Amino acid sequence: MNLYRYASPATFHPLAGRLVPWFAGLAAVLAAVGLYIGFFVAPTDFQQGEGYRIIFIHVPAAWMSMFIYVVMAFWSAIGLAFNTRLSFILARALAPTGAMFTFVALWTGAFWGKPMWGAWWVWDARLTSELILLFLYVGVMALQAAIDDPRRADRAGALLNLVGVINVPIIYFSVKWWNTLHQGASVSLTRAPSMAETMLWGMLVMALAAWMYTIAVALARARTLVLERERRTDWARALLEGKA
Amino acid sequence: MLSFLFTVVRRDILLAARRRGDWLTAQFFFVMVVSLFPLGIGPEPTMLRTIGPGVVWVAALLATLLSLGRLFADDHRDGSLEQLLLSPYPNALLALGKAIAHWIINGIPLLLIAPVLGIQFNLPAEALAVLVLSLAIGTPILSLLGSIGAALTLGLRGGGTLITLLILPLYVPALIFGAGAVDGVLAGTGAEAHLSLLGALLVMALLIAPWISALALKVSVE
Repeated sequence: MNLYRYASPATFHPLAGRLVPWFAGLAAVLAAVGLYIGFFVAPTDFQQGEGYRIIFIHVPAAWMSMFIYVVMAFWSAIGLAFNTRLSFILARALAPTGAMFTFVALWTGAFWGKPMWGAWWVWDARLTSELILLFLYVGVMALQAAIDDPRRADRAGALLNLVGVINVPIIYFSVKWWNTLHQGASVSLTRAPSMAETMLWGMLVMALAAWMYTIAVALARARTLVLERERRTDWARALLEGKA
Repeated sequence: MLSFLFTVVRRDILLAARRRGDWLTAQFFFVMVVSLFPLGIGPEPTMLRTIGPGVVWVAALLATLLSLGRLFADDHRDGSLEQLLLSPYPNALLALGKAIAHWIINGIPLLLIAPVLGIQFNLPAEALAVLVLSLAIGTPILSLLGSIGAALTLGLRGGGTLITLLILPLYVPALIFGAGAVDGVLAGTGAEAHLSLLGALLVMALLIAPWISALALKVSVE
């Protein structure tokens, strides 16, 4: 079987259409199981009480926020190197989900920080670099939205993604050193006691759910983008007329 | 190769010298933004000394962004950018030349004004010296990274605000190490570490930024 066949929008569209319900269903089931483990099975933390349970959403969201940016940069690089339309479409389809997870990570982090640290926000290295990651997502989406010509929008966004992915580690370390210079380690995220096994399982299941959700949403969004761009081709026209 | 680079730089400087109003705006913007902070925060000398390095650096970032919009726009409008891109020399050299010219026109004046503004903020003499040094290493980074943003947003509606969204997050490391060097002098921990890291950033920007902005120019012009 030739996998490259699915790089063509005409074959990708029906395939993605068949896959989306599966990934969406898996995401729903995994999220239900993960939340059940997180809220009913996992024991109460003896230091943090019930408030710690927000990590079942927070940690998967933070993982995905960083991972999606790397995947976006990967598809951008493939698109620039091989000039494949679908790679750009996938990179573009991933950006809003990445921004959403970054926002969720920041938001849930604030909810966790208020009872635990007594502050909604501290200028901790991780928080600050997550915030800058959100800015990077916003920048890419704003650039792509401002360009009308899809070809130029794809390439410009891809170049910005590549610059961003080089910068992410630099930003992380600069913020980290800035942080150690300015304030003592009043707050440490790393001293947390080793986790109970059920907690870890809950988190892993939730992370898998976030993965499935991302794939489902990205594929669905990519399908729309494909149809929008291929609307003048015969197959897209036939499909759209058949629907109408 | 070198003569091409030199020609690009010389051409931009000549153009800027003939239209002084254009680039002086950014310099006065720099002075005004910095001077607004004591008015907003209050004239306590110790407080001003603490925030001084950061304020001067943030204002330098903003002033650089203000002048970046015109980096390629004028040449794009009259068509000379396309001619330059068609030249037999690598486009990265053109992007590098443009960034160097931008630094000479907009970066060097910032260095010259910065000590005066530092005095407003009650900075001691050695901190002033480090402030100028950190800006001397840092402003070329701003010009180089900024040229990527200017190339990507070339000819877009609302390009001026868009470029701030794209480029400001990338300026964060330069801001941290630049302002950190001056803070280091004030705190007595020394500035060498920060300045070395700033230098490393400059080398990386020199290696990568011209290529990316050359690619971005091609994307934007075609």
